[in-house]
Amino acid sequence: MPYFLAYEQINELLAALSALGYRCLGPQVREGAIIFDDLKDADQLPWGLRDAQKPGYYRLEKSEETEAFAWANGPQAIKPLLFKPKESLWRVQKNAEGKYLFQETLPEHQPIALIGARACDLAAMQVQDKTLLTGQYTDAHYAWHRQHLLIVAVNCSYSSQNCFCVSTQTGPKATSGYDLALTEIEDGFVVEIGSEKGEALIHALACESATKKALEKAALRTQHAANMQSKRMPKNNSRALRDILMNNLNHPRWEEVAERCLSCGNCTSVCPTCFCHHQTETPTAQNDGSVHAREWDSCFTQGHSYIHGQVIRDTTEKRYKQWLTHKLGTWWDQFDTSGCVGCGRCITWCPVGIDLTEEMAAISGESNEKK
Amino acid sequence: MEKPRIAIHKFTSCDGCQLAFLHLGEDLLDLAEKVDIVHFVEMGPINPLAKVDVAYIEGSISTPEEKERIQHIRTNSRYVITIGACATAGGIQALRNLGNTQEWMKAIYATPDTISTLNTSTAISDHIKVDFEIYGCPVNTQQILASLLSVLNKVNPTASKDKVCLECKRLGYTCVMVTKGEPCMGPVTHTGCGALCPSVGRACYACYGPAENTNTASFTQWLSSLGLSDAEIARRFLFIQNNAPAFKEAGLKLRTKKKP
Repeated sequence: MPYFLAYEQINELLAALSALGYRCLGPQVREGAIIFDDLKDADQLPWGLRDAQKPGYYRLEKSEETEAFAWANGPQAIKPLLFKPKESLWRVQKNAEGKYLFQETLPEHQPIALIGARACDLAAMQVQDKTLLTGQYTDAHYAWHRQHLLIVAVNCSYSSQNCFCVSTQTGPKATSGYDLALTEIEDGFVVEIGSEKGEALIHALACESATKKALEKAALRTQHAANMQSKRMPKNNSRALRDILMNNLNHPRWEEVAERCLSCGNCTSVCPTCFCHHQTETPTAQNDGSVHAREWDSCFTQGHSYIHGQVIRDTTEKRYKQWLTHKLGTWWDQFDTSGCVGCGRCITWCPVGIDLTEEMAAISGESNEKK
Repeated sequence: MEKPRIAIHKFTSCDGCQLAFLHLGEDLLDLAEKVDIVHFVEMGPINPLAKVDVAYIEGSISTPEEKERIQHIRTNSRYVITIGACATAGGIQALRNLGNTQEWMKAIYATPDTISTLNTSTAISDHIKVDFEIYGCPVNTQQILASLLSVLNKVNPTASKDKVCLECKRLGYTCVMVTKGEPCMGPVTHTGCGALCPSVGRACYACYGPAENTNTASFTQWLSSLGLSDAEIARRFLFIQNNAPAFKEAGLKLRTKKKP
């Protein structure tokens, strides 16, 4: 049963989370974008701001409403918390007898409560869960971070011009993966409970039940966000894209997009499901040990396809093809899902504004415009 | 076991890259126990003709004397590592390659005849075989340390040739190009600096030179759409790394472009 959390209770929620030992992270403005950072007070939230997004373009502007969450998304959300941009995996140290000792370096930090994750972010996390937590080999580091993360999602009431989660069926309302999900209405939020932890929190805050009117308002808000979307993924991001891509590996569009693509890896870095990484070895200055770390890589780098003295994907055309055919195509074979959640980040943060829905439209022949 | 012998040589440069060794601080003392630094004028030891295992070269070739000296160093060194934009691409002084050196000499100096210089400033690799290049203007201590430790561990040094953008994203810096329309050179620039300029909200000015697989044509077009003139874009390519082939080509293309 949904509850109501008044604006004045945001700080109570933060206090309750802190009391449980969580470090609270929430959206705030830094360097012209909405990013997640330590949230101590509701005043830090981006009240009255929204993001104008276009291909290769992101600007914050004042919105008509003075709400805290009337924006779509920023460059990152959950991914850097769970699949860290750089993380050490083990350390090796020479001991007094001159023997090398290996030691796994598992993460150790305060549990995190993330406030303001979107439906697309949760969908992406669930894709990463499949990639990193299922099958024969699971990722110990990802698992640790995942176990120490509490999520207060916020359903969208606004979509940017680059959002297309309606067509990928991953938003704008969060359906799973959260501990609490909020929908902002006048003076506060309708709160839905997604876990026992979330339930305990809400009971501790003594929230009242949401009125029928509040629920209706909340439903209208997410409907409004859905209606705002003007972009879509052809074939609604279905498995059909896999065969379309695989049957069009020689489509002239690949060459054309490669002329525009900078092969810089911004798209894969902001993509909330991309998981490619490489590993590095950094010796200590005393040369008596080293730290083995992994860091985000990208299918747009030379190193990504360097195998046995050869760079297999030596041109941008091959690299772009790898990105799109994997993300929208062979991801289905590997993980039984698409790798795209419709957040639009790869479109916004591409320095030259390449739009994957447009590329997919060119190859599939189906429009990427949502009516 | 004998300690590896190291030399640090200087050619036409500002001496800034050599400082990356001195900036090692206490680590330099540790390393000095593991290697013999036999020639490093900035630090003390002078022995320019010493036979060494690894020679680090700073600076470009811009005089007849340097042209000759570099050959001796190659003969005396098992492994040659060039450091910095001057050594890897000719440096900012390679701008002379695009003009008329003799005319400039006359315009600047009272007795140009007393100055012995070449008409060009070029990379060390244009003159001798170079085993490894470290990019940057200046290079940093991490890069130097990584190469030294590789040498100590008898492995070939390596370095990422990726674009600055990847490092920016890993470090969580917000893109200045997308949020502010800044003409950031990150998408065509070689990584290694730790995305210094974007870390303080400024556009990268490409001091590390071109990354691998750069698309300068598409990038030029985008900078143009952000409102930069051809001359402004050309200046960004023909700057510190003006003689690096990918940038030189892109810059000259803009310079020679006919006005519509």
